[in-house]
Amino acid sequence: MESRQVYMDHGATTPLREEALEAMMPYLQDKYGNPSSIHSAGREARKAVDEAREKVARALGAEPAEIFFTGGGTESNNIAIRGAARLKKGRGHLITSAIEHHAVLDVCKDLEQDGFKVTVLPVDSHGLVELRALEQALGPETFLISIMTANNEVGTVEPIGEIGALARERGILVHTDAVQAVGQLPVDVKKLNVDFLTLSAHKFNGPKGIGALYVRKGIAVSPVFRGGGQERKLRPGTENVAGIVGLARALELAVAELPQKTDHLTQLRDRLIAGLLRIDDVTLNGHPTLRLPGNVNVSFNYIEGESLLLSLDLQGVAASSGSACTSGSLDPSHVLMAMGLDHQHAHGSLRLSLGRGNTVEDVDYVLSVIPPIVQRLRKMSALYPQ
Amino acid sequence: MYNDKVIDHFSNPRNAGEMPDADAVGESGSFKCGDTMKIFLKINGGKIADIKFQTFGCGAAIASSSILTEMVMGKSLEEAVRITNRDVADELGGLPPLKLHCSNLAADALHDAIQKYRAAQRKDKGKALAP
Repeated sequence: MESRQVYMDHGATTPLREEALEAMMPYLQDKYGNPSSIHSAGREARKAVDEAREKVARALGAEPAEIFFTGGGTESNNIAIRGAARLKKGRGHLITSAIEHHAVLDVCKDLEQDGFKVTVLPVDSHGLVELRALEQALGPETFLISIMTANNEVGTVEPIGEIGALARERGILVHTDAVQAVGQLPVDVKKLNVDFLTLSAHKFNGPKGIGALYVRKGIAVSPVFRGGGQERKLRPGTENVAGIVGLARALELAVAELPQKTDHLTQLRDRLIAGLLRIDDVTLNGHPTLRLPGNVNVSFNYIEGESLLLSLDLQGVAASSGSACTSGSLDPSHVLMAMGLDHQHAHGSLRLSLGRGNTVEDVDYVLSVIPPIVQRLRKMSALYPQ
Repeated sequence: MYNDKVIDHFSNPRNAGEMPDADAVGESGSFKCGDTMKIFLKINGGKIADIKFQTFGCGAAIASSSILTEMVMGKSLEEAVRITNRDVADELGGLPPLKLHCSNLAADALHDAIQKYRAAQRKDKGKALAP
């Protein structure tokens, strides 16, 4: 098969789509007003931000006043969790899961240092949070549950709607990090029964450095940052107008195209998984069905993920791994370890995350280059039974 | 992240594979990151006549093993034992800071092989001298 460039790391980031860039351009050039200014240039920018907020609200089944623009997913998570905790003045109990992104997990660990009680729920071997464990963890002091909508590494889709319903009847707040889900799954804040929802534009073909936080009407949050009155003081600082416009345009299109995109990605995903599982000693990580349409995660026994990524890169394929060698910390993925994988399988993991630009030809190309790479690395491996 | 020399040794590793009739086999592993390395030696007249490696690890670990085999091929055991992880990393033209421990593995596996060979030699000598 002819060599080609294949980007299968959409879980890391996605390319900015043309329509979003077009919508942004005027606000990067001629329409440079500050939305807080009184003059016409400022009013023009304000109008763009207001319209974007309406679009985002519509996409999520929310009201415009419930949408706050932030600097991205990490910032939204920090504002929601820290903001809810600040009102508790260092006392109370919060619950999260072992497979959250560090932008949630490390915030919770910080709060634990500050005196809060924190329960980190385990997950099953598919990466699912067990509702029974969650119910058992609930106590009179529990004020917040933060569980992701879908996992970034293995794509497992969590039962947020049920968690939300369970929490709502007990008066407990629910935050969900929907960074991976928005643009791949239908996300409706009412159906999910959540109080806070995090999203990030660059995961659905919008620009980087811009995200949003949904805060349900009537829910109080104490601002983490102090400054001007922007975003009703929850996220002060001059608005990233172009980013906000780009986010809204990308989200509007992602939601409109969702049914076709889901079908397309699911087809590619299942073809890729079936092809990979034909190789010896390969296991699928994550849930067989409750899975993001674009997520593939497998472990190749006897080989290490970084050497696999390097080999794939030399063949034009961009992917990622939960290997210790790619983590920057010498520890393998906390997600795979929480799912009970042994060190070696976590080490040999490969994530291929699909996006709207990928084709059947891309999948077949990847399936043609992987077996020889795996064979070569296994032949070299000190662990492979030669 | 990696320079061209590292990528070259990763893509075209020298002396990769097993050696069924090795005179000594050295092993090393990182408990922390999980990488594992084996070095096989064929020794003739106190010199390394042949060397092979097997590595389960990242690009830096594979490249370190590969270049190490080139560095010590034909060398005396005295010379080979003096090779340090620093020498391996330098010969590769440098490694990213977090990957320096990978070059440790290569030097450690070589030293382990030489030590085992010498221990076996002493034992054989002991046997030969015994009445």
